[in-house]
Amino acid sequence: MNTEPTDAGRREFIGKAAAATAVAVAPGVLLHAAAEAAPRGEPVTSKVRWGMLIDTTKCADGCRACVDACDKENGLDLQTRPEGEDAGKWNQQRAIWIRKVKVRDNLTGRVTGLPVMCQHCEIPPCVDVCPTGASFRRADGIVMVDRHICIGCRYCMMACPYKARSFIHEAVEEKLTHAPRGKGCVESCNFCVHRLDNGRTTTACQDACAKDGHAAIVFGDLRDPGSPVAKALAQHQSNQIRPELKLNTGVRYHGL
Amino acid sequence: MFGMVTRRLLAGLLAGALVALAGNAGAGADWKQTGNAKATKLEQCVRPTPEIRRNHMALLKHQRDVTVHEGVRKTPDALAGCIDCHVNKDPQGKPVPVDSQGQFCSSCHAFAAVQLDCFQCHSTVPTGR
Repeated sequence: MNTEPTDAGRREFIGKAAAATAVAVAPGVLLHAAAEAAPRGEPVTSKVRWGMLIDTTKCADGCRACVDACDKENGLDLQTRPEGEDAGKWNQQRAIWIRKVKVRDNLTGRVTGLPVMCQHCEIPPCVDVCPTGASFRRADGIVMVDRHICIGCRYCMMACPYKARSFIHEAVEEKLTHAPRGKGCVESCNFCVHRLDNGRTTTACQDACAKDGHAAIVFGDLRDPGSPVAKALAQHQSNQIRPELKLNTGVRYHGL
Repeated sequence: MFGMVTRRLLAGLLAGALVALAGNAGAGADWKQTGNAKATKLEQCVRPTPEIRRNHMALLKHQRDVTVHEGVRKTPDALAGCIDCHVNKDPQGKPVPVDSQGQFCSSCHAFAAVQLDCFQCHSTVPTGR
């Protein structure tokens, strides 16, 4: 297995490939009800599509607030390096849901920093290739793994153009009630689905980014024209990463 | 007189043993929660006891699909609810994992010789997050 660090060329390619794309926010018919902080009783529907806009011009160099908040929220900070494991190897293998990535335009030398997580595609390649149906797209647009039926084949990790998924190699000693995770399954960002299902409307990364004063992440319902994310998308220029793949991602970037 | 003392002694010993274990020493038809868990104070579980004994695995399996795929969390059938109610606390007030020896889940599963896989991923104590 290749254990080289992620090559810079790939990152640059991703950056350059992000061309301006018209943001197709479906015309919202029904506004989703104001968040009541109660657990969800009814199944999710496609009347809501969760999405995110990340303002890369506000994303501070060296800041890892979103990554750390994600780790804490989902129990990824409880991972420990197995005894005798090489530190470099461990950094390549440990589960990470958000990567801070730097892309450089070779022509102009402009460097942009951005967090990359699961892009919650409308047509997710990870779902296409999953042999068991464990990788799936929920009606409200969240792409996630049903760990009960994941067999750990990692096809989805190969298929994902965003390198968004991680595999859990070691038994998990300490787990969280809201974010169960265990050895042998693939996992990735799920837009803090436990929060959404319990009536909250923010993700951990968004909260952390706002708390640090950057407020580079706007999250919400793409189908609700009144939601902050839909308003921001209507106002500002935004890109998908790798738009040529036509995956219609739920995560968009401004200033890329 | 002697018999009375012995009986009291036995009862005391038994109670002491139960408190010390704060769990379940055996299993069978009279299977019930022991220790100081919330479940000890309740008449019945989320369903009549015989139904729960026989079908809790089916209820959990159904609920896991509804929760993961449809996002439904307002339910009495969630595993987190089971753990919240059936977890004992040790004398320091620290929750004892439900899958540790002698505890509610593990002792019956040991008795029935059925592997308990939930806790490879799920927390065995309420973590509050």
